[in-house]
Amino acid sequence: MKEQLEAIRKAALEAIAGTQERSELDAVRVQYLGKKGELTAVLKQMGKLSPEERPIMGQVANEVRADLEQAIEAQAAVLAEKALIDKLAAETLDVTIPGKDVKIGHKHPMYIALDEIKDIFVGMGFTVLDGPEVEFAELNFDRLNAEEGHPSRDWSDTFYFDEDSRVMLRSQTSPMQVRAMDTMELPIRIIAPGRVYRKDEVDATHSPMFHQVEGMVIDKNVTMADLKGTLNTVVEKLYGEGTKTRFRPHHFPFTEPSCEMDVQCHKCGGVGCPTCKGEGWIELLGAGMVHPRVLEMAGIDPEKYSGWAFGMGLERTAMRRFKIADLRLIFENDVRFLEQF
Amino acid sequence: MNLSRKWLNEFVTVDVNDKEFAEAMTLSGSKVEGTADMGAEISNIVVGKIVALERHPDSDHMWICQLDIGEAEPVQIVTGAWNIHVGDFVPVAKHKSTLPGGKKIEKGKLRGVVSNGMLCGLSELGLDERDFPYAVITPAAILGDYKPLDPEKPSIPADIQPGHKIYGPVVAAKVNAVENAGVNLWKVSLCNGSGAVEVVTPCQKLHEGDMVALNTKAGSICTLADLHAQQAEFPHCITDGIFILHEEDMVLGADIKPIINADDHVVEFEITPNRPDCLSIIGLAREAAATFGSELRLHEPVVKGGAEGNLIELLDVETPDPDLCPRYTARMVRNVKIAPSPKWMRERLRSMGVRPINNIVDITNYVMLEYGQPMHAFDYRYIKGGKIIVRRAAEGEEVTTLDGNVRKLNHDHLVIADETRAVGLAGIMGGLNSEIVEDTVDVVFESANFNGTCIRKGALALGMRTEASAKFEKGLDILNTLPAVERACELVEMLGAGEVVDGIIDILNYVPNPTVLTLEPEKINALLGTDVSADEMVRILKSVGFQVEGDQVTVPSWRGDVLRMADLAEEVARFYGYNNIPCTLVSGETTQGGYSESQKLEQGLGSVCRTCGHDEIITYSFISPTYYDKIRWAEDDARRASFKILNPLGEDTSIMRTTVLPSMLEILTRNYNYRNKTAKLYEIGRIYLPGNGDGLANEAKMLSIGAYGSEVDFFSMKGVIEAILGEIRAENVRFEAVSDNPSYHPGRCAKVLVDGQEIGVFGQIHPLVCKNYDVDAEFYCAELSFEALMSVRGEDPVYQPLPKFPAVTRDIAVVCDKAVTVGALSDCIRRGAKGLLKDVALFDIYTGTGIPEGKKSVAFNLTLRADDRSLTAQEADEDVKNILDLLSSELNAVLR
Repeated sequence: MKEQLEAIRKAALEAIAGTQERSELDAVRVQYLGKKGELTAVLKQMGKLSPEERPIMGQVANEVRADLEQAIEAQAAVLAEKALIDKLAAETLDVTIPGKDVKIGHKHPMYIALDEIKDIFVGMGFTVLDGPEVEFAELNFDRLNAEEGHPSRDWSDTFYFDEDSRVMLRSQTSPMQVRAMDTMELPIRIIAPGRVYRKDEVDATHSPMFHQVEGMVIDKNVTMADLKGTLNTVVEKLYGEGTKTRFRPHHFPFTEPSCEMDVQCHKCGGVGCPTCKGEGWIELLGAGMVHPRVLEMAGIDPEKYSGWAFGMGLERTAMRRFKIADLRLIFENDVRFLEQF
Repeated sequence: MNLSRKWLNEFVTVDVNDKEFAEAMTLSGSKVEGTADMGAEISNIVVGKIVALERHPDSDHMWICQLDIGEAEPVQIVTGAWNIHVGDFVPVAKHKSTLPGGKKIEKGKLRGVVSNGMLCGLSELGLDERDFPYAVITPAAILGDYKPLDPEKPSIPADIQPGHKIYGPVVAAKVNAVENAGVNLWKVSLCNGSGAVEVVTPCQKLHEGDMVALNTKAGSICTLADLHAQQAEFPHCITDGIFILHEEDMVLGADIKPIINADDHVVEFEITPNRPDCLSIIGLAREAAATFGSELRLHEPVVKGGAEGNLIELLDVETPDPDLCPRYTARMVRNVKIAPSPKWMRERLRSMGVRPINNIVDITNYVMLEYGQPMHAFDYRYIKGGKIIVRRAAEGEEVTTLDGNVRKLNHDHLVIADETRAVGLAGIMGGLNSEIVEDTVDVVFESANFNGTCIRKGALALGMRTEASAKFEKGLDILNTLPAVERACELVEMLGAGEVVDGIIDILNYVPNPTVLTLEPEKINALLGTDVSADEMVRILKSVGFQVEGDQVTVPSWRGDVLRMADLAEEVARFYGYNNIPCTLVSGETTQGGYSESQKLEQGLGSVCRTCGHDEIITYSFISPTYYDKIRWAEDDARRASFKILNPLGEDTSIMRTTVLPSMLEILTRNYNYRNKTAKLYEIGRIYLPGNGDGLANEAKMLSIGAYGSEVDFFSMKGVIEAILGEIRAENVRFEAVSDNPSYHPGRCAKVLVDGQEIGVFGQIHPLVCKNYDVDAEFYCAELSFEALMSVRGEDPVYQPLPKFPAVTRDIAVVCDKAVTVGALSDCIRRGAKGLLKDVALFDIYTGTGIPEGKKSVAFNLTLRADDRSLTAQEADEDVKNILDLLSSELNAVLR
């Protein structure tokens, strides 16, 4: 009987080791360890043994069973791993096949530039104001020291809604300076982006409607040095650290002293090229110290308070930021354009 | 404003290159737009002298010249021009030279003969006869050049011989010798067949051996006109030719540039409207002197006068509208000899972009450029009654201006008139009836100051902005009229153009009142954020013409823009250097910046739209009134009442939109026409509604959404709207069918309601609207009120515990009339449930086999759950039964 058991053990271990799939292994288990299996059949003969032999054979039989069960378990693990490898191999994909289309919309490039500017100023404690585009000439001109007779008030330059030239499409965001001074508590730190309108025919650099962002600070002891420092900070954030700027005198009716701010040409680095018309600098914005007369008209004492203000064209900023060559693209809204940003 | 640097150097020595000049001037406030080297394109062109001349052996029209250009050996050049003679000085373009327009000259061969360059004509040097009047060429008709129009019938025989008659007193004659007899004069010896004759002629194209037509009676050599011949008959009888130089002290081999003023450099300035004083050479010279720390050399005009009579007796001036003519200054010149002005004056005018005309007109232009004071010259004989009246025009009065146009005037125009009629438009343009002409003898120079606003309005109304009016409208220095007229008279005497009459008419309708300010250095430094010393401030102010005594600053008369401390601060800052002002950050009380709720909503809405695949667009706020027709609004639709621009660029941009729909449709159409397969767009834009009370518009913001393409339909658009409403946590959302919106498909349009408040409308655009846009596609749009969206925003979220017990789901399919809406069914389902229903989801709508005609089967997936226990199947079934009962009784929808 012992020989019988040893023979079963040997044959069974061989059979187990030879299985390729789980089902084969299960069949081997049934063949040897099942109710009608070979080992079971041998054990059924135990009754015929003498009482002395019975425990000895019993022990041998249990050892054989344990060996087989262990071998089956080990082989099962081997087969499971093999099956997983096969499955993963079968599931291998061509990863270069394009992904499923998820269409996400795009922000207009001009608003991308505007949002950057807004975030910079909000971070410096500025409030963002919104105001009317159909505006009183009084706020757009008179209150900004551009009195009767100023050329920009001409009907050839500005759109009007009444014969008395009283209501107009604002030609600049600067009336928001007046609205801020009239309604807000001092100190004031605001920016006011929005649409403005001038009587320019459409071409590569002009549009009758465009956008500006106005900025103004009014407080005690505000200096032109503050204006320079703040605008330099903004430009560095917009165009990168170390961006060179310069300030040069200019004229606006509502600031004195007035200036324009240039940034060094990104194309040529200041040497002079067609982009900067050989100057090495590109005009970015107009600014200055709020004119004392403008403060007075708003009921603010220029002896106690001073302020600075600036206005910049957004289209130009966006065009420079994204190297857009033609202003008309901004308002054409071709999706092939919009989806580049 | 153009500036000739040569002219500038008369007043201030600035010895830097154009780039440095431009940079420094720009940084001190005179913005340079560009610089131009007048001779940039000219190189290697020198003065040469013709030392020998022979006819080309293989050409009937070319000459071989030997030129002395100051080198060891003469240079040989072949030319096709005939107006050259031995001894002439000419511009020689040497081998490897360049001409204006980028033309390059190199040596070569002409019909086998070596030519080492080119002789230049006026036009090749970028010049014309106005620059060098003496270079006008008068060509003779040379009989050898004759080409009969009809070869069968020549009017001059090819074998004509000296002495043969051509017509009347005109006979053929042969040139024996040509000798120069002065500028453009030639002594020519001729053989007329019977003997030798000598004539003096201005014709420059004659050479020994030429056969010419000699008028024996007049003793002249015939031109084309004399022979009544056509140009085609004498192909080389043209006014073109080489530029023969008649200049003093010419050096052979010297650069041509100084002779033709190509050594000047012109700087173009952008002058801001507050600085009309800089619209002059002297004004810019003052700025340049202050910028470079150089001395400003001004010149006091000196007039000898002494002509017969006295101006006071000859001329009377009246200014009945003194406020429009604060000052009128005049002087008079007699025995004028109209002639071209001298070369130096013509060159300066040309450099500044002004065309030379004649000495008197050129003087007025010269003084305007130099002093910035517009001048006008009248012909005295046309001033009736010897009286000039500066008055308002009569209503409907007419005057013909110098440009030949008849101008109809009204009471707002200011005219210069005599006793009978207007002779000019004050400050804008002179009149044709008193123009300076060839035979003008007596001239009145007007140097006046007119009211800027009056001139500006007048020029604008007539659509004729001139250089003079552009200056006057900015407000000119009232003290400048006298020096300017003196300068004009000085120039008249200098040029020998006439005799100046003693006496000056100078009418002053103003009280001189210079602005005097107190210099407050600490306030200036406080405004600028600088630490400039008081001495430095005084130095700067003095350098630009301010007088400073103690702390009192007297503003010069030409600086009407300087009125207070801030203006002085700008003067200080300009020359201290804007870029020397330090950079500091805003100090003082801190402020809380940030975005308002409405700005945050705007950002949020944009973000949802983009997440849904929509691109942001920007459209014009103004539209054409016809766009309301395109979107099929009724003629009497109240929404057509729009803000109307009285002076629009065109009809398409003439009214402020009261709807965003046409703007979106225009952009969708454009993309469709560009063959973009899909476009999904949005804009948060304004509409401009009248009736705000204060005269301004109610500028309401709208969220405008539009789309077309294969994936786009009514429900995709509805999905976007639901996403938006979800994002703002709107509750009690309802969609109601709209069949009467003229812009939308009557069966595919809905309005959006939140808590009963209408938020907007969306749907498929009416096919007839699409047809109006010539589009054969389905467009979908939505128009949502930003204000309404703002008001229906839900509360901030509060955490709800996650369910602890499992849900039971049941699918039901009911059959009902087709007209019953899914909205009605699901509403009914919700009401039928007894508190366990958590969600209803539509999953199928079916018509066809098995469903009776006129009916449909609608299937829902119901989710039921209790928060405190696991539901039993029995509980769920009871709820479902209730639901089905209500569906059946209310909507006649029965379980399928």
